[in-house]
Amino acid sequence: MSVIAQTRVDAAWAALAEVLDPEVPALSVVDLGLVREVTDHDNGLEVVLTPTYSGCPATEVIEQGVRQAIEVAGLGPVRVSLRRAPAWSSDWISEAGRRKLREYGIAPPGAVLAAGPQPIRLYGRRAVAVACPRCGSARTEQLSAFGSTACKSLHRCLDCVEPFEHFKPI
Amino acid sequence: MNASIRLPAAPELDYLLRLADTCLISGQRLGEWCGHGPILEEDIALANMALDLVGQARALLTLAGQRSGQCGGTGFDEDQLAFLRDEGAYRNPTLAELPRGDFAFTILRNLVLSTWLKLVWERLSDSSEAELAAIAGKALKEARYHQQHAADWTVRLGDGTEESRRRCVSALARIAAYLPELFEDDAVDAAAVASGLGPAWSSIREPWLAEMAEVLGEVELTLPEPTGFRSTGKTGRHSEHMGYLLAEMQYLQRAYPGGAW
Repeated sequence: MSVIAQTRVDAAWAALAEVLDPEVPALSVVDLGLVREVTDHDNGLEVVLTPTYSGCPATEVIEQGVRQAIEVAGLGPVRVSLRRAPAWSSDWISEAGRRKLREYGIAPPGAVLAAGPQPIRLYGRRAVAVACPRCGSARTEQLSAFGSTACKSLHRCLDCVEPFEHFKPI
Repeated sequence: MNASIRLPAAPELDYLLRLADTCLISGQRLGEWCGHGPILEEDIALANMALDLVGQARALLTLAGQRSGQCGGTGFDEDQLAFLRDEGAYRNPTLAELPRGDFAFTILRNLVLSTWLKLVWERLSDSSEAELAAIAGKALKEARYHQQHAADWTVRLGDGTEESRRRCVSALARIAAYLPELFEDDAVDAAAVASGLGPAWSSIREPWLAEMAEVLGEVELTLPEPTGFRSTGKTGRHSEHMGYLLAEMQYLQRAYPGGAW
């Protein structure tokens, strides 16, 4: 890859680091691990994105935001494509992303369980150990498996009594 | 522009549509709970699951639309397939289209279908069609959450009050009649197995029964034995409920072709 192409790709990554997720505006699409690849082709840049959830209504808005950011940075023309495999995992959220989530009041996801068949864990037997993002207490309970968006669940801290959201491991 | 579309007869296209329509029609039924959930959290949970299912349907319909073009028909996009088919061209098993019923019925149907879909997605991860494997890899993660949600509520309702338990028993009795359709093979399955597209539905039966027994056994509920009745939604012959569902779902695109948000 030529030096110029590499610079353009680096500049594109820098521009993408400013594109925020519309539903978790504390994080950029890069923090979330949604940008899989940036390539400089003869006919312009290609940005490969992966969707978080199949039904995430933010996917189209994110595509638009990405296209706009690249063009505003003077790096266009740009083509945005979607790639489903390998499926996005919350393990791809960067360390910086996890810190930003916590500061925003959302408990970051724990590690995703290994692939393969997984047991059904009924509510009563499930180990729920999501630390409160406000006071750090591990004494918390789940209120609902689905929060304001599909990617989050709703919890309550039993010590500081504040409700909070948890980004689900997936 | 708003006339019905026609699809070529091809077993592999049918195989894709059976999965796509199961997601689409279940998503439509779950979406009906929006604004009607028993508590706000469940309203949101059901709507979120509906979104996942519709998202899965979009990906599958896109793939089916391309496949339609490859097997001698016209190629279609996801919207044309979702909104411009006549009733007989939908391929979901009848269970998916039954009215949403009460909360217990919705939860138990979700348990049945999310467990079934989860097992199907698992087996599709090595489909000969790479895009189908990719869709399945993503949908599997979502189906696990859906199954978990339904299992939690099944235990809560089955072990709740006399009334909640009675409603669970009655929902299972209604659902049981539509179960054989989920586990019986026909030429569509045979073609999918031959080409490596996906598993025969009959192969899902044993693992499905085991997982259902695990959840239902927790609260001493059982699946009633199936009767001689056979539902036929997956071959395009639907229940009397399907036409009403489609009338609501298709109205906007039929009245205002190409209308978008």
